[in-house]
Amino acid sequence: MVDARGFLCPMPVVMVQKEVKKNNPAALEVLVDDQCAVENITRYANSCGYKVTVSQDGPDYKLNLAK
Amino acid sequence: MKKINWLVVLAGAAVGIAAVALTLLGNPVNMGFCIACFLRDIVGACGMHGAAVVQYVRPEIPGLVIGAFIMAVASKEFRAKAGSSPAVRFVLGALVMIGALVFLGCPLRMVLRLAGGDLNALVATIGFAVGIFIGTIFLNKGFSLKRAYDVGKAEGAVLPAVFGGLLILFLLVPSLFKISEKGPGSMQAPVIVAFIIALVVGALAQKGRMCFAGGIRDSIMFKDFKLLYGFIAVFLAALIGNLIFGKFKLGFQSQPVAHSAHMWNFLGMVIVGWGSVLLGGCPLRQLILAGSGNGDSAVTVFGMMAGAALAHNFGLAGSADSVSEAGEYIVGGIKTNGQVAVFIALAVLLIVSLVHLPKKAKN
Repeated sequence: MVDARGFLCPMPVVMVQKEVKKNNPAALEVLVDDQCAVENITRYANSCGYKVTVSQDGPDYKLNLAK
Repeated sequence: MKKINWLVVLAGAAVGIAAVALTLLGNPVNMGFCIACFLRDIVGACGMHGAAVVQYVRPEIPGLVIGAFIMAVASKEFRAKAGSSPAVRFVLGALVMIGALVFLGCPLRMVLRLAGGDLNALVATIGFAVGIFIGTIFLNKGFSLKRAYDVGKAEGAVLPAVFGGLLILFLLVPSLFKISEKGPGSMQAPVIVAFIIALVVGALAQKGRMCFAGGIRDSIMFKDFKLLYGFIAVFLAALIGNLIFGKFKLGFQSQPVAHSAHMWNFLGMVIVGWGSVLLGGCPLRQLILAGSGNGDSAVTVFGMMAGAALAHNFGLAGSADSVSEAGEYIVGGIKTNGQVAVFIALAVLLIVSLVHLPKKAKN
């Protein structure tokens, strides 16, 4: 899981990118706390072939990336 | 995703059109908006620097921040957060401002100057891109100012309250402030009109995530061109507006509120690009984030204001090209103080970048 809460863009995408490049996971859970990060990670994940589902997790957002 | 992209384009086009409109309404040429210049003018109006030609309570800044605040609250995106290396952000904000004032404009004005035919802004754009590229190298190596945390809602509302209060004070007791009688500070669009235009632009910039550093940064790092569309939309809208209203003048010389000292235009914007990447956004984005509840961005804006005061009190800011009484063209730029400041700023950026890289794990 990548916990990118509290980081300004582009850090959440950088953190996801690092995990994807390092481990190429089939599924990845990402926690963020702002809508901008949700949009940016979704765009990046889609470009890497992941489908993304977003759910609200209290005040935060949980993104589930799956190939 | 296409919908979001069009929103960015719409926001960019609105900024470009608004900038041309503000110029026609009285703002200096190619300065419909300039975050660096307008913060500097506000700092001057409050008596924190003594450059008499650049003092005015620019209503565009309160408009942008409050517009972003209203949009963030309305779309339930307002969230008060702070604590991500605020002191470092203050310093970076000051450096970004000094770099911008060496060039005479923030990234937004850089694009507007380019759209007005000012080729000095092309040199600056190359410098800006180089600065962003350097910043991305450190981001890829793990640079981080660490995370922010939830704080009380009041913390997130500081900047909208400060600028809102300042504007009200200016409207009620204008004699408190120093206002330029000549020079760029004396060129003003009507207060209420400028405020309302900026309010709309601030709201659109919040929703469109507009960021000039982000456009180039994301293109380099992720091949993501979304924010770059906004950058291009501002340019095209302002270019068309300038062509329609006869404000387009191609060349390096005799450009409004600009100098043609190429090296300093280039290096000034290297500082802005590099600093903006470390901060997570350009000066406009910092205003918008501060309006959306980010206390760290509010600190960054205060840092930019401190940088503006230093830039003018220490004679670091660029001066525009001019023509002497004998008709000789005099290239402006920066004096020795400013040149030293540029290299100090680059050195500090390097130190900040290196210090915030992850420590190597001990085996």
